[in-house]
Amino acid sequence: MSGTAPAARWRGPARLVAQRVVLALFTLLLVSAVIFTISGLLPGDAAQELLGQGATSEQIAALRHEMGLDRPAVVRYLEWLRAIIGGDPGMSLVANKPVAEIISERLPNTLTLAALTTLFSVPFAFLVGITSAVTRGRTTDRALNILTLAMVALPEFLVATIAVLVFSVKLLWLPSITIVPQDPTPGEFLRAYAMPVMVLGVGVIAQLGRMIRAAIIAELDRPYVEMARLKGVSQRRLIFRHVLPNAVGPIVNAMALSLSYLFGGAIIVETIFSYPGLASLMVNAVTSRDMPLLQACAMIFCATYLLLVLIADTVAILANPRLRQG
Amino acid sequence: MTAQAQIAPSQTGAAHVEVCNLCVTVRAPDGSALRIVDDVSFAIPRGEVLALIGESGSGKTTIALSLMGYARGGARIEGRIRVGDATLDGTESASLAAQRGNRITYVAQSAAAAFNPSRRVMEQVIEPALIHGTASDAEARRHAVELFEALSLPDPAGIGSRYPHELSGGQLQRLMAAMALITRPDLVIFDEPTTALDVTTQVEVLQAFRKVVRDQGATGVYVSHDLAVVAQMADRILVLNRGRVREQDAVRAVLETPADDYTRTLLAAARPVVKAAVPAPATGSPLLSIEGICAGYGPVDREGRAAHPVLSDVSLHIGRGAAVGVIGESGSGKSTVARVVAGLLAPTAGTVLLDGQPLARSLKDRSREELRRVQIVFQNADIALNPAHSVGEILGRVLRFYEGISGHAARARVAELLDLIRLPAAVATRRCDELSGGQKQRINLARALAAKPDLILCDEVTSALDTVVREAILELLAELRRDLGVAYLFISHDIATVQALCDEIVVLYKGTCVESGPARAYAAPPFHPYTDLLISSVPELRTDWLSDVGRKDPPRLAAPDDGGGLCRFLPRCPVAIAGRCDTASPPLRQLDSGNAVLCHRSQAELAG
Amino acid sequence: MDSLIRAARRLPLSGKLGLGLVVFWIVVAIAGPFVAPYPPGSFVNEEVFAGSSGRFLLGSDFLGRDVLSRLLSGARFTVGLSAIAVAIAASIGTGLALCAAVGPRWLDEILSRSMDTLISIPSKIFALVLVAAFGSSIVLLTLILALTYVPGNFRIARSLAVGLARLDYVEVARARGEGRLYLALVEVLPNMMRPLFADIGLRFVFIVLLLSGLSFLGLGLQPPDADLGSLVRENTSGLAEGALAIIAPAVAIASLTVGVNLLIDAATQGKAE
Repeated sequence: MSGTAPAARWRGPARLVAQRVVLALFTLLLVSAVIFTISGLLPGDAAQELLGQGATSEQIAALRHEMGLDRPAVVRYLEWLRAIIGGDPGMSLVANKPVAEIISERLPNTLTLAALTTLFSVPFAFLVGITSAVTRGRTTDRALNILTLAMVALPEFLVATIAVLVFSVKLLWLPSITIVPQDPTPGEFLRAYAMPVMVLGVGVIAQLGRMIRAAIIAELDRPYVEMARLKGVSQRRLIFRHVLPNAVGPIVNAMALSLSYLFGGAIIVETIFSYPGLASLMVNAVTSRDMPLLQACAMIFCATYLLLVLIADTVAILANPRLRQG
Repeated sequence: MTAQAQIAPSQTGAAHVEVCNLCVTVRAPDGSALRIVDDVSFAIPRGEVLALIGESGSGKTTIALSLMGYARGGARIEGRIRVGDATLDGTESASLAAQRGNRITYVAQSAAAAFNPSRRVMEQVIEPALIHGTASDAEARRHAVELFEALSLPDPAGIGSRYPHELSGGQLQRLMAAMALITRPDLVIFDEPTTALDVTTQVEVLQAFRKVVRDQGATGVYVSHDLAVVAQMADRILVLNRGRVREQDAVRAVLETPADDYTRTLLAAARPVVKAAVPAPATGSPLLSIEGICAGYGPVDREGRAAHPVLSDVSLHIGRGAAVGVIGESGSGKSTVARVVAGLLAPTAGTVLLDGQPLARSLKDRSREELRRVQIVFQNADIALNPAHSVGEILGRVLRFYEGISGHAARARVAELLDLIRLPAAVATRRCDELSGGQKQRINLARALAAKPDLILCDEVTSALDTVVREAILELLAELRRDLGVAYLFISHDIATVQALCDEIVVLYKGTCVESGPARAYAAPPFHPYTDLLISSVPELRTDWLSDVGRKDPPRLAAPDDGGGLCRFLPRCPVAIAGRCDTASPPLRQLDSGNAVLCHRSQAELAG
Repeated sequence: MDSLIRAARRLPLSGKLGLGLVVFWIVVAIAGPFVAPYPPGSFVNEEVFAGSSGRFLLGSDFLGRDVLSRLLSGARFTVGLSAIAVAIAASIGTGLALCAAVGPRWLDEILSRSMDTLISIPSKIFALVLVAAFGSSIVLLTLILALTYVPGNFRIARSLAVGLARLDYVEVARARGEGRLYLALVEVLPNMMRPLFADIGLRFVFIVLLLSGLSFLGLGLQPPDADLGSLVRENTSGLAEGALAIIAPAVAIASLTVGVNLLIDAATQGKAE
């Protein structure tokens, strides 16, 4: 097996990854069907709703025809799907602008927020997870356990409220609304993002830190760790050279999971700090029942989640010699 | 070292390893202190191997680990240990802990689990030398390849670049020995290094170990539960029971003139003999017939073959009240036979007949009466008994299910059943996790007996047990057969166990039946070449056995890629005939001893 | 009952704290409205965002209503709806998981495939889509909360059940000829209760957070009904002055969720390590 030529050596993992890609695309297709069914078919008649209670049945029928609501569900789904894939999910019912245009204004903001939060929280999460795992059962671990346990359970709006109270109201350090000026200086940029990133980071650090601890501890219980200790391997070398390479799979999966959690948290955080991102846009779409916009937002979040999981799976495959060699 | 004179036994003045009054305590779940090693003292002169022998819970591994200053799960080590210059509480480099992997090294029981799955073998083998600075990278690699060669590993130059999952258990065990020897240690600890291996692989690994230990003149501690294995490897034996020393002496003295009762019990249990006399089973039409069974796992293709075939064309017959043993190494398909008979796995071809009536292939098409008459008992009572139910519930369910008995009548029957397996009736209210391993296995048997079956399928029912407990269970099985007339299909990897209990033995190799016949015919050749290998690989209770076995003749022929209908044993067969064995399928030969073998060689050739 | 009390005594300090909080909130949810000093909807104080006083222990809200009374009634909604939702989610999720574990292979394939699809819709996004489509009356809201957490419970319960169904004691019962219902309910289910309860507890926390989050966004419970999240939302204007009216309900939610988490953690760790 190990004697195979380099080209052939990658055939195994390539096939595995290709399988994952196909599976992810298939899942995304199913997800789109679920979202369309829930938001496009089940809620009843959009024409009726647009025209209100006073409309005559002729008016409704005319609008239904105009909107294409009188055609079979499958046809409507396929057209919707084609439009979404083509990058043009239609017109926003409320803003009277193409959904694509609205989203392209907002999406970069959310991605920036997510990227900054990831950058901020992942190192802390590793610190928490590794510290906790190596001090397992001792005071440090127990303190971290209770701290992270509490952090996971805090609602974002409580963290945000306290942060605003402390940093904006009492200390007057940071603005309570996140407005990023045009061409910000690094200082302005950091000031603007400090609070939303901190608030989102609290949850991510706690959750990811706990999962990293669990992944490392699962490895620490395996016989090869005892063997390494009996070889005289130092604690540092044990964690970094022996344990972490084997924990890569669960850890990257945990990272994908906490990043998807981050999108959920963004819904609250963007709203509280009046940050013009995709998540607060989606909340507006729900309030105004702007279905095309809502569907597009939902699809973006789901696609991002599946992409993250796909990346995590791929990394896990490449990190595992057994899978890597097919 | 000043305190040494007060405690050290006088005869150990020049000893390389010295242990005085060693105690190890753990904290029990209820908070109390539990002493798992109690006042153990011994000494090992340089270049000798001491065996620590005992059943599970005897503290043998705990003692071995404490020689490295290592205790599992927060246990506390007390007493004095000295290895060379290093002591338990020595400071800096003079402590045992600092010598781990350097002057004192360790070979673990399951190499497959003890190698890091994500790193190449060579990196792991030379790691001790590098972290302790005993050799440069290049030197260590060169030394490793020499050790691979000395340990008779295939492709010594290339094997190091493999990952653990690409290698067999026997190979990994030898690689782990190389890892233990890479720093040229003063003391090597072998912790049940061959227990997880098939008996045929065990011989090769033992031979390799003994060679390197002798070549290197290493001092060793060999931990095992198997007296026969230890007899080959050690100079002295220390017998342990529940953390205490029962006896220590030279190997030959322990084997031939044991001084302690417990040692004698161990020696007796090592070669099980069943005392209950069972009348010869009635002749006539068999109770169960298996004819031409093929079975496997995974999807079945158009020609009716499973994606992962396990059994091909297996036939056997069990008379009323008879005991038929099935032996083979792991992967031979012996457990699959039981699963097919029980209906848990539908065969892809062949029939199972009960009293001449064909049984449906799958469970759901069998009648309740048919199900009742054939019961299955699994190896590991820990997972074969539902921890959520009490013993009474477990047995009572069988009574209610097959006979509709409940309430008072059921309780009376449960008490009867418990009596049958020699357990007090009060056990009925207990949960299984409150019982010992042997008791659990009895309950496991009682559940099958509750159905009043004609046939019990015993799948490795004694393999997870300590030797002494195993002997008691075998005795019980024989008595039940005598008293109830129940028949057994007894599956095991251990030929001694099967010989003790069964009237007939079937040998499976890679899903084919290579030999079958009366148990007594397995006492002496002629055998099928695989049976021969299997029987000659079982270590005997004498010190010169391993030398006598000698090195097996290597396989004669390279097997063609597609074995087709050829003999399955061809790739390993030392007596294969070119032009015959690699071209035609072997015939079934009837031998004078009553055995039938699947081989091209004639009876005279097999006897020689 | 005795054994429960003994188990509670053995809990570490954090677990006792958690248990105390959980019991406290259960009592509040049941008895709260009966001991409330004022009707939750009535305007009883001239001053808005008043601080704590003898008459108004937690002060008054943005309309001059008694915060304590509103908190007591809000807690009933938060705890009650979440408890019902988690019960529904766990019954459906675990029920389907048992079907998947002991049922035919194709059923497992279909169920696992569909649940994997649903689980790739992040739960808050899924809840938003459902709310947009169906609105948020109390009944619908409860169903939405439940539906959102069915896939997660299914996944955990299935992996537990499939693992158990492979064990020899289930195999023995199968060989005996037992039916699938017996295998699922008698052989498998009792052995998954402990980890399952831990999962249900965690999911209860998620549901409380989701419900509060939705209400905080104005998409959850609709006025005049108000849960703890709604109380935070309606008093946001008091944030600048640090009014008790916004702090109290937010801390109330946190003490409930943190309490449940501490309890589960302590209860599961006692057995695991």
